[in-house]
Amino acid sequence: MNSAVLLFPGINREHDMVLALQRTTGKTPHVVWHTDTNLPAGTDLVVVPGGFSYGDYLRCGAIAARSPIMADVKAKAAKGLKVLGVCNGFQIVTEAGLLPGALVRNADLKFVCKEVRLRIENNQTFFTNKTAQGSIVSCPVAHGEGNYIVDAETLKRIEGEGRVVFRYVEGTNPNGAMNDIAGICNEAGNVIGMMPHPENMIEALHGKQDCVTLFESLLAA
Amino acid sequence: MKAKIKVTLKNGVLDPQGKAIEHALGSMGFSGVNGVRQGKFFEVELAETDKAKAEVMLKQMCEKLIANTVIENYAIELA
Repeated sequence: MNSAVLLFPGINREHDMVLALQRTTGKTPHVVWHTDTNLPAGTDLVVVPGGFSYGDYLRCGAIAARSPIMADVKAKAAKGLKVLGVCNGFQIVTEAGLLPGALVRNADLKFVCKEVRLRIENNQTFFTNKTAQGSIVSCPVAHGEGNYIVDAETLKRIEGEGRVVFRYVEGTNPNGAMNDIAGICNEAGNVIGMMPHPENMIEALHGKQDCVTLFESLLAA
Repeated sequence: MKAKIKVTLKNGVLDPQGKAIEHALGSMGFSGVNGVRQGKFFEVELAETDKAKAEVMLKQMCEKLIANTVIENYAIELA
């Protein structure tokens, strides 16, 4: 299980993600700078971490999505490379066209930083296969633009195809996302994006360790 | 050559910032404001002097970066 964590100017959650991957996979991920044009040979999983790439200029994730390394990520994702985007990473992979829809300003205009509850809606993915279908995990969110929107037809399709991976438990939607969507995957299932931060709910110091099973899923995938 | 690009949210895409502005205008005493939509405006200076070529290039810029066509429309005006 060789993983790589992408680093763009303004990203600030890469250390948390590196630690989470290190602890669960036993291997230190490569940290790959945005101007690199190739992922390290043998990379099985690319994680795009959270933060504020390029200061959220233009649109969150827009500029990072067009950086040199993303061209290689896109080309390899088309051939099955696993990609996980978390928070700003979700915005980046969506801006890159790897996932449908868009993430826009939270409906109440507030930056939310709190714990939410997520229901596992699809436990057949590379990041949920160790969890029980329909089970609920606690996970923190920290974002100002996590309001997931997509056209009605695509929404119907991703719902019908079981591509909603994580859903905010009813009444806990922090941003107004359509259908309480917190995370989705692409058609092939090898690209997952989610607004919450599972890397921040895996050790005693985090208060809860609900998201350990998510990272353990990577080993079985 | 100078270009002006206007990026607006597509119809049906919620605009909470526009809504907040609308409410603020109402509370300031401006009555009859039926809606506010917020957009973006860009000025781009180009070395290109051929108008047709500039238009092609600007369209690509909008499609590839300046607008997210999932949620936004754009309009290009060449000076």
